[in-house]
Amino acid sequence: MDWDFLLVQSLSGLASASSLFVIASGLTIVFGVTRIVNFAHGSFYMLGAYVAVTVVPWLLEFDRSPWLFFVGVLVSALAVGAMGVAMEMLLLRRIYRVPELFQLLATFGVVLIVQDLVLLVWGPVDITGPRAPGMRHAVYIFDQRFPAYELFLIFVGPAVLGLLWLLMHRTRFGVLIRAATQDREMVGALGVNQAMLFTGTLFLGAALAGLGGALQIPRVSANPQMDLSIITEAFVVTVIGGMGSVPGAFLAAVLIGQLQAFGVLIFPKITLVLVFLLMAAVLVVKPWGLLGRPEAAAGRAVLPEGILDPGPLDLAGKLLAAAGLAGVLALPLLDAYAVKVGTEVLILALAAFSLNFLVGNGGIVSFGHAAYFGLGAYGAGLLVTRLGVPMEPALLAAPLAGGAFAALFGFFVVRLSGIYLAMLTLAFAQIAYAVVFQWVEVTGGDNGLVGVWPSSWAASREVYHYLVAAVTLAAIIGLRRVIHAPFGATLRAARDSAQRADAIGVDVRTHRWLGFMLAGTAAGLAGGLYAFSKGSIDPTLLGIPMSVDFLSMLLLGGIQSVLGPIAGAAALHAIKDFFLPLTDHWRLFMGLSIIAMVLVFPRGLAGAWASIRRRSA
Amino acid sequence: MTLLAAEGLTKRFGGVVAAKDVSFALDAGEMLAIIGPNGAGKSTTFNMVGGQLRPDAGRVTLAGRDITGVPPRAVCRLGVGRTFQVAQTFLSFTVIGNVQMALIAHHGQTRRLLADAAAMHRDAARALLDRVGMAAQAERPIGELAYGDVKRVELAIALAAAPRLLLMDEPTAGMAPAERTALMALVAGIAREGAIGVLFTEHDMDAVFAHADRILVLVRGEIIARGSPGEVRADPEVQRVYLGHSGTRAAERATRAAHG
Amino acid sequence: MAERVLEVAGLRAGYGPAEVLFGVELTLARGEVAALMGRNGAGKTTTLKAIMGLLPPRAGSVRFAGRDIAGLASFRIARMGLGYVPEDRRIFTDLTVMENLEVGRRGGAGGSAWTPERLFAIFPNLAEMRSRRAGAMSGGEQQMLTIARTLMGNPLAVLLDEPSEGLAPVIVEQMAEAVLSMKAEGISVLVSEQNLDFAATVADRALILEKGTVRWEGSIAALEADEDVRRAYLTV
Repeated sequence: MDWDFLLVQSLSGLASASSLFVIASGLTIVFGVTRIVNFAHGSFYMLGAYVAVTVVPWLLEFDRSPWLFFVGVLVSALAVGAMGVAMEMLLLRRIYRVPELFQLLATFGVVLIVQDLVLLVWGPVDITGPRAPGMRHAVYIFDQRFPAYELFLIFVGPAVLGLLWLLMHRTRFGVLIRAATQDREMVGALGVNQAMLFTGTLFLGAALAGLGGALQIPRVSANPQMDLSIITEAFVVTVIGGMGSVPGAFLAAVLIGQLQAFGVLIFPKITLVLVFLLMAAVLVVKPWGLLGRPEAAAGRAVLPEGILDPGPLDLAGKLLAAAGLAGVLALPLLDAYAVKVGTEVLILALAAFSLNFLVGNGGIVSFGHAAYFGLGAYGAGLLVTRLGVPMEPALLAAPLAGGAFAALFGFFVVRLSGIYLAMLTLAFAQIAYAVVFQWVEVTGGDNGLVGVWPSSWAASREVYHYLVAAVTLAAIIGLRRVIHAPFGATLRAARDSAQRADAIGVDVRTHRWLGFMLAGTAAGLAGGLYAFSKGSIDPTLLGIPMSVDFLSMLLLGGIQSVLGPIAGAAALHAIKDFFLPLTDHWRLFMGLSIIAMVLVFPRGLAGAWASIRRRSA
Repeated sequence: MTLLAAEGLTKRFGGVVAAKDVSFALDAGEMLAIIGPNGAGKSTTFNMVGGQLRPDAGRVTLAGRDITGVPPRAVCRLGVGRTFQVAQTFLSFTVIGNVQMALIAHHGQTRRLLADAAAMHRDAARALLDRVGMAAQAERPIGELAYGDVKRVELAIALAAAPRLLLMDEPTAGMAPAERTALMALVAGIAREGAIGVLFTEHDMDAVFAHADRILVLVRGEIIARGSPGEVRADPEVQRVYLGHSGTRAAERATRAAHG
Repeated sequence: MAERVLEVAGLRAGYGPAEVLFGVELTLARGEVAALMGRNGAGKTTTLKAIMGLLPPRAGSVRFAGRDIAGLASFRIARMGLGYVPEDRRIFTDLTVMENLEVGRRGGAGGSAWTPERLFAIFPNLAEMRSRRAGAMSGGEQQMLTIARTLMGNPLAVLLDEPSEGLAPVIVEQMAEAVLSMKAEGISVLVSEQNLDFAATVADRALILEKGTVRWEGSIAALEADEDVRRAYLTV
């Protein structure tokens, strides 16, 4: 390899870094002020591209000048900024005080809605944008060709960084934003209208995402998958740089751009894995990112969001549990379809219960729980289809696979807390997803593998249903026991006050790690059971939407309640199974439902049940 | 005999020297107060002893054993109980549940998967609550208690580890004057009875001058004075940079009230 | 009777299911310094937060400068000329001293136009560190900055929450001087305080809160003379 080539490779890394920074800077600014991790930031990016591929060609009809191209790009950015304003005023404003897990879910609801709206407006086909007039040629750097537009992009990043710095340090708006990043309430008590400040921040953040998207149109065509692919990268950049730090985002974007540019030469298929490994490494050394600051310790005496004091079941609870059990046992008396749905509900209930063991009991908000579910499914499925192992040992392998990967990923995850932890779990889940997706020879890639059938004695739906019922109920009862046991109490204690737990001699990190493994093991078991119930495995089992489904079950069931997630799993699965076949716009429907749940039902079914009983008491 | 010894503790943050060559010793059953203006390095010194911070230089020994840079959970197991400036308790637990949790940790039972945590160590927990005068409130959620009572429960939690040394960071911060006096009297009684050494920082001059056996004055990371309450109160430098008129008055009042 | 800047009647407030205030009644005259005293948990901080709109009042009226402010957003109340200094300082540690003052700047309702230069005359320590990051200052300097920051809004009146808590005695004396210089500028101050020495130095009048209502009201001299009241409500 010669030096010219390396230089050009490095320049192309800088060009991607520039684009990534423009997008991530918006995300980090919005997080800093609103404390909301905005999943819909990727949607703004996608909208920026779609608006630009519509507006820019129209403008270029008048005159093919470079200036009109950039006017079009800016108009697109401003239009997306206005959409950000709409999102702030219609949604975010109402959820600033909701627990952060539910904020994340609500913004994910927006992602789903935008996906369907984009399909409605622009259709499912990719739209190629025009190239920038005056920058269609290549320049020669030594002997290597390098596109002029990429060269231009290299300068955009530092220019945006400089402008943002001036905005933040030389204008009153910027000083107020920085103050609000630290203490919103105090800014309000000093006479600043927070609502205006937040709306302005969302305008800025969304416009930056839109700008990032619009600048991409000469390089990539606008397509309906751009949102989720960019949001993971943007999360990684903001987390590595430190949430809320604009210069940190710049530094991280440059690092990642270079890593990708050179990583692709060495490991062409796994650059994504390299990026996530960089993130894990940075966070282990600097848990708040390169230039981030520790989250201010919550000195307030607020009750944690989660399981409080788990008591024994009261009479009503026992009756409810007995009714549920009777229903499970009686299902095979109904039709085969009911048995299928019932089996799936039991499996999902175990997965949701294991997630609430982390979230509700341990305060460990995992945004990538589907990884352990899916890896369990793949652990079992690969043994059956590739090695011809029978169901029984394959089902034993499922929890082992889930637990082993939970041990590996959890080792890094438990070093963090709060939103950083959530982002890292998401990142690990995306690594697992990417590997399963790309390792076609082994996993079958996108298509997955078929032929994961139970042993002959359990082949009938009814028998398999009883097998699943026995296994899942035993696992749930076991996990519930652990919640009441010293180990579960220790996790709650560490959630309430890690400082106090440390001072009474608890090794908080190790306990959290063990808890993470236990939950991963249970999720892996659920995944194995799921694989045999479906007869097949595919990468969606590990995807973000699956993780979001599990979290929605907690949201619906209520994370304060030990048994709520089971009800949540039943309700969500039944709703999906019944309604989704009726509509072409299931994303729109799901998105609106999630948002409605967060707004109307913040304590879930269990919360609603408790307040009904309080009222009648 | 010497229970705790700090020798030449030094800590820098960036370019700022937070503690410089801080040395002191503390005997069993003795109460030693560290006082000084805000930002003088009291908390830094405290955290170096408690294991939250590793000193850049210097040594901490507990009963002759080097504990420099040992993490807090291990320091606890060596017999050091800790209370915090803002009381740290397990908010979702009941009062007695907090103490039971501390006892479970003390007995190394936190990894048990099947026992019923709510039924463990109840009698021992009740006895500890009785010692701090909180037995009557045992079954209430700790979040419902008045702050002064929370601080008492925190003391019971710290005592669950059967400590030889108590580290108390501003034990009376945020409490009403009457509660302060009662809490400090309780601590002093427990220290003497059990020959427990107490190292505490404090801004309340009444608490310091009525109960400390000896006082260290820390200013800009350095010890500028040390000695009995009488000696420290009379030190003109201490009066100038820390006590002022009102502090000196309060110190005199407290010494008179405590020692006749 | 002097003109009343602040009139609170029947104020009720709390957190979640917990009720803290049960009908607080108080007034503050123009140019007066009043001390809101009482034990921990008596409702002093809650009273100030409810007046400031940081906690929605559940019942009662709050009139400030002749207008009803109960239920308004805190930024509207601040813009009418009511300043607020929280107990835990809450300065913006990442911002410089000058930037902290900038956040508080507002052409307020108060008569005097405060500028950073005028504030530096009262708080000379701050003048030397105007471009220092506020997080790098000592606790006492930070406390001075919170007051200076609030004065930048040119308030008619200031709510000052536990200004002496957790400060070294010498710094407490400087705080007392700061309150007296606010009074000299004609600013009314309602200061919540547990420390009788401090209250006696700065205040004209004392109100004692107990279990969410005002139980005693009178001059500071009367409070100092009345040992029964002090024992009943303050137990100093």
